[in-house]
Amino acid sequence: MEKQLLKGNEAISEAAVRAGCRFYFGYPITPQNQIPEYMSKRMPEVDGCFLQAESEVAAINMVYGAGGSGARVMTSSSSPGISLKQEGISYIAAAEIPCVIVNMVRGGPGLGSIQPSQGDYFQSTRGGGHGDYRHIVLAPATVQEAVDLVHLAFDLADKYRMPVIIFGDGMIGQMMEPVELPPMQEVRTEFPDFATTGKRGKDRRVINSLYIETYQLEELINRLKSRYEQVEKNETMCEEYMTEDAEIILTAFGTVSRIAKNAVKQAREMGFKVGLLRPVTLWPFPTKIMASYANKDSVKRFIDIEMNDGQMLEDVKLAVNGAVKVDFIGKLGGIIPTPDEIIEMIKEDK
Amino acid sequence: MGKVFSVTSYLTDDTMHYCPGCTHGIIHRLVAEVLEEMQAERVIGVAPVGCAVFAYDYFNFDCHQAAHGRAPAVATGIKRVHKDALVFTYQGDGDLASIGAAEIVNAAGRGENITVIFINNAIYGMTGGQMAPTSLVGQKTTTSPYGRKPELCGYPLTMSEMLATQKGAYYIERTSVHDVPNINKTKKAIRKAFEAQKAGKGFSMIEILSTCPTNWGMTPVESLQWVKDSMIEVFPLGVFKDGDN
Repeated sequence: MEKQLLKGNEAISEAAVRAGCRFYFGYPITPQNQIPEYMSKRMPEVDGCFLQAESEVAAINMVYGAGGSGARVMTSSSSPGISLKQEGISYIAAAEIPCVIVNMVRGGPGLGSIQPSQGDYFQSTRGGGHGDYRHIVLAPATVQEAVDLVHLAFDLADKYRMPVIIFGDGMIGQMMEPVELPPMQEVRTEFPDFATTGKRGKDRRVINSLYIETYQLEELINRLKSRYEQVEKNETMCEEYMTEDAEIILTAFGTVSRIAKNAVKQAREMGFKVGLLRPVTLWPFPTKIMASYANKDSVKRFIDIEMNDGQMLEDVKLAVNGAVKVDFIGKLGGIIPTPDEIIEMIKEDK
Repeated sequence: MGKVFSVTSYLTDDTMHYCPGCTHGIIHRLVAEVLEEMQAERVIGVAPVGCAVFAYDYFNFDCHQAAHGRAPAVATGIKRVHKDALVFTYQGDGDLASIGAAEIVNAAGRGENITVIFINNAIYGMTGGQMAPTSLVGQKTTTSPYGRKPELCGYPLTMSEMLATQKGAYYIERTSVHDVPNINKTKKAIRKAFEAQKAGKGFSMIEILSTCPTNWGMTPVESLQWVKDSMIEVFPLGVFKDGDN
């Protein structure tokens, strides 16, 4: 199929439409504005619904309503807006409703900056809202991968009945790259069993997250927990790049992983045996894969590189579990690391 | 002898948890009876956070429970998917006028084709009788123990008057259920609102003055009297917006 030059935000929007998403609710915030803008133009063309909500809070609750009604539904935002959505995400997770949420992460805390950042890693991988829950987090490194993961996100959301976050950043959203879009998927006509349709004369359906009896809530959390274990078992994804003979393992995700890959190539030319582990799923985290490398005799050291103050670092350290040293390069405030900085760190090793 | 009355099939057989003298039960029944009389084949109700959170147990049709104040947004999502279903929210005054003020105003502004049943009892019931945005001046609650003081926390919000100023709102009426004539009027108003939705006319809201004897510290009879004597003065009854006229 022919490739097109598309901006990340637009490519993600079109991928969602082609995955059968016909309901989008959003609110403007930089650097994801091309998503609602694209959807506002595109949805009427496919008989879908675009609605600009009054807030991120309202948008995620519209998603809750539409998802509970059985539709493939998406919203998008960026960090401060995602914070506002957390109430709704917690409800959606508890009510076991599928949906896709795009977060084009920007610098934080507070209003922060509009530059690319990975500062929402904790928020995304630890649930983010109140209560005991998780959701799948997919972190694309290229616009093409973003397109592919959007498609996967809708399928995983349906399969496991949970929210799926596409964790991008300002770079992924704003960058233009050649992409191959998937063919248009048929929109499903049957509503899933859990969905409210309003039709009377059948077993009535209730979308709910209130379990006033403690043992009932315990039962829900246990049910979610066993589903999370299935997700961990079946859906964990991690790219292993030149790691076979590596003595130094770099860990990085999303935009940063591209820079790390560049550093791997350069360092190898200098004679350093370096490889890269790139989690594609931030949750479930590729703990076992990382642990297997940490326990190899040939591996002497890990270097984790992120655009935050060491958030994935905690998961890397948990996986490595003290087997080898874990160094860290963290770029803050929306500053992007360079391959040179990574190479300097590689050289520093005594 | 022929059967002259039967309970509406749009309510379940569950025993309601509402306190003695609370008018939620009456209003649930009115909503259910109206839907039955309209022979509504597709209905989705949105339950709030507050005393009516368990409405999904009592209404005998599909329901969706929403976060505090977010019912109009949830209902928007539902209605956009199921255009042919009658979709309504059932919200209290803390839910609708305080934490959900943005959602209700914008649902009205958009002319969202949903119906809102707004229960105004001038207090937070579920949490134990705290001051609401609709509490009357001087009203004693657990968070206004000296009575609501305007210099400290202003005046009650009059939602029907406010929303009636918006072009997107099609039908807005305030009623009360403190006696039988007013209960009958309330039922007619609810019917009018659902008929408007069925005809695709847009946003409709019926604000219903309701009692909370437990948190008002009154007997059921005293509380009905209080609605009549004190609440109606601040929240006058009537049609505030009728798109037909």
